[in-house]
Amino acid sequence: MNKQTFDQLKETLYHEKLDNGLDVYILPKAGFNKTFATFTTKYGSIDNHFIPLGEKEAVKVPDGIAHFLEHKLFEDEDGDVFQLFSKQGASANAFTSFTRTAYLFSSTSKVMENLTTLLDFVQKPYFTEESVEKEKGIIGQEIKMYDDNPDWRGYFGLISNLYEYHPVKIDIAGTIESINEVTKDLLYTCYETFYHPNNMLLFIVGNVDAEEMMTLVKENQSGKEFAEPERIQRFFEAEAPEVDQAEQTIEMNVKTGKCLTGFKERSPDRQGKDLLRHELSINILLEMMFGQSSKNYETLYEEGLIDDTFSFDYSGELGFGFSVIGGDTAEPEQLSERIKSMVVEFTSKSLDEETVESVRKKKIGFFLRSLNSPEYIANQFTRYQFNDMNLFDVIPVLESLTVDDLQEAMTEHFKPDTQFSKCLVKPKGGA
Amino acid sequence: MKAINVNEFTHGPVNVHVIQSDTYKTNTLVLHIRAALTEEDHTLRALLPLVLQSGSADYPTRKQIRQKLDDLYGATLTGDVNKKGENHLISFKLEAANEKYLKDSTPLLENAFQMMTSVISNPLIENGAFKESVIKSEKRNLKQRIQSVYDDKIRYANMRLNEEMCKNEPYGLFVYGSEEQLDNITGEDLYDYYKRVVNEDAMDLYVVGDVETEEIKNLVSKHFTLPERQEKPAESGDEKAAAGNVEEKEIFEEQDLKQGKLHLGYRTNITYQDDDYFALQLFNGLFGGFSHSKLFINVREKASLAYYAASRVESHKGLLMVMSGIETGNYDKAVKIIREQMEAMKNGEFEEDQLEQTKSVLKNQLLETMDAPRGLVELMYHNELGGKKRSLDDWIPGIDAVTKEDVVRVANEAQLDTVYFLKGTEGGSDE
Repeated sequence: MNKQTFDQLKETLYHEKLDNGLDVYILPKAGFNKTFATFTTKYGSIDNHFIPLGEKEAVKVPDGIAHFLEHKLFEDEDGDVFQLFSKQGASANAFTSFTRTAYLFSSTSKVMENLTTLLDFVQKPYFTEESVEKEKGIIGQEIKMYDDNPDWRGYFGLISNLYEYHPVKIDIAGTIESINEVTKDLLYTCYETFYHPNNMLLFIVGNVDAEEMMTLVKENQSGKEFAEPERIQRFFEAEAPEVDQAEQTIEMNVKTGKCLTGFKERSPDRQGKDLLRHELSINILLEMMFGQSSKNYETLYEEGLIDDTFSFDYSGELGFGFSVIGGDTAEPEQLSERIKSMVVEFTSKSLDEETVESVRKKKIGFFLRSLNSPEYIANQFTRYQFNDMNLFDVIPVLESLTVDDLQEAMTEHFKPDTQFSKCLVKPKGGA
Repeated sequence: MKAINVNEFTHGPVNVHVIQSDTYKTNTLVLHIRAALTEEDHTLRALLPLVLQSGSADYPTRKQIRQKLDDLYGATLTGDVNKKGENHLISFKLEAANEKYLKDSTPLLENAFQMMTSVISNPLIENGAFKESVIKSEKRNLKQRIQSVYDDKIRYANMRLNEEMCKNEPYGLFVYGSEEQLDNITGEDLYDYYKRVVNEDAMDLYVVGDVETEEIKNLVSKHFTLPERQEKPAESGDEKAAAGNVEEKEIFEEQDLKQGKLHLGYRTNITYQDDDYFALQLFNGLFGGFSHSKLFINVREKASLAYYAASRVESHKGLLMVMSGIETGNYDKAVKIIREQMEAMKNGEFEEDQLEQTKSVLKNQLLETMDAPRGLVELMYHNELGGKKRSLDDWIPGIDAVTKEDVVRVANEAQLDTVYFLKGTEGGSDE
């Protein structure tokens, strides 16, 4: 077992790559009641075009199938896995993102039993035609719930402006029509391809003994058989570096408008340290431009264009990346113009070193606060690892970023003429 | 469970609760300011924390406050209002990194105290009023908040159910106030109200972190310079819902939506003060609180009518609220199933092992809540709200002691008061 210590943070991380390819990480946390574990596959909503394990021809599968599979894995021959977890005093859950599907539990007792349950149910698919049909009703309601949610609609509206082909533009749950095409056999195909231990990561954080946990996981895994791992081949159509559409307006049954603007990453091919440096740089720049302590925030607030829902975020993965800036506003059109011109103005000047230092401190503090949260650690660590980065490099990298690094990231990312788009949500029938 | 070390003392009008723990990498301050929820004051009260955190005498603008927080390694400060039973709380929360984990040793805790008190006890006042421009901005901000509830249909349906169910009780008032009242509020009005708050309301300050009580005593007496009181604030106790026979109401409303929102309100007449409080929690857990409960299994898993079907209790008002998102045409079906589940609970149709299962999930949830500083404060604050002292050590034995008879007795107290249905325009007919 490899052991890595982070003295400043007073954390120790244990790691081992098992024979079947599974990466296991354990972070003991004294003082916590709970243990939190995530079992994650590098398989998300964007992986809809691939060569199935053991085959030669690529297939295209219906939109939303990764999420559908996530729902269905909870069903076992003997019933519902939620039941088993709750009998063991745990709460279980799962989520699907663009690039990952994660299964998780948290519990304050019977940690060994719960961990075994987690490993076993994810590694034992059981789908029937009947249960697949039944799930269509439930997921159908999940899709409709999001359809009525203006924040969700605005967010996906913006992404679909940015991308012409890339499946990141498709709603993670798919559509009522696409999920209707899901079958038991298609679920097995996706499962066999993407749920190989070689494509998965287990993270355990909590009041645990690392040796004991690792032994348990190893014994559990050595009792199971898996096919020889293959490198998974996924396909994405070529995508122009520029945005597909500059704008879109969605009319909805709301009282307050929304404005979401964003910049599309021109070359989303970074991984590892490069990606970490790049995304931390963009985050610092966004904070400098639009953080609550910025001049721009103050101006927009005083002009009555934003309220405290105003926020920004950057997402970067292999193959796609974008920043999103916006929030609720009575004047979506005007706000989008102001954001754009503020970015132009900001990028035309050199960076103020004092502000850089202040924002750097803020980011370090945010990171320390996040380490109170087992959920944050497990989820972020996994995302970082899947992109060949290490979560515990965040503070040293934040400390090492220079003004030149920021300047470079700024020039590349914030190009208003070709990379900028906006999605406005307006009240139906409004002016 | 790890022993929780709590020290309490009073300073002027403030009850101080110090919770020592070396589990966290941050220090958390929470100040709850409590008064009765009233028609007259509820809008003023919602506006006050927004105005206070927009500028103090020491830091006259939002931007200056935020910059100071950034310099404290991104400390977070939020001020908001909350409804707990018929109490209207103003709450300020400040979380700052513990300098033990940082390379420089700025006294962050003292700075945090200074920030929080600056905002609360040293407001920015000009000629006996809050500054006009701040009032104007924050009125707009609050108005947008009030309106945005309409845009989030789950919250909207909750608010409407409360309004309809508790028409003649303060609990029916909306936590953010009313738009009409908001229009007429002036900077003088709000300052007069502010003086009442600091002179009359009950205040509880919680400090959670790796801190010493003596240190906190010094910081509190140095920074919390609020006026001394002649009289102690009135002890608050839980307001039970109107006793006697409840007459069922059915309220329909229609909007342009994909999914209908079905919300049901029951009166239980049991609050945190009562010995049956833990039995109520178990009743809720079996009925709709978890993924093994009757609502989840019967509305979602068996009938596949919904993505979510859940219930929760309002601990200080004795209400039980059910919520679900369904196809509009499935209204009758869903209401029938929900009613049947309640009948089943009243008839004791659940097994001992399901009760045990619910106990272990509930205890797990409780212990997890205690892992987070804010969760710990939330749990402890019940004691002040309910006017009933219950130590954190009493919770687990309290849950363990509940019997099936207790749960059935509680179930038979529950009376359906209001069924609220926000109909969607789609899926109007049963297919």
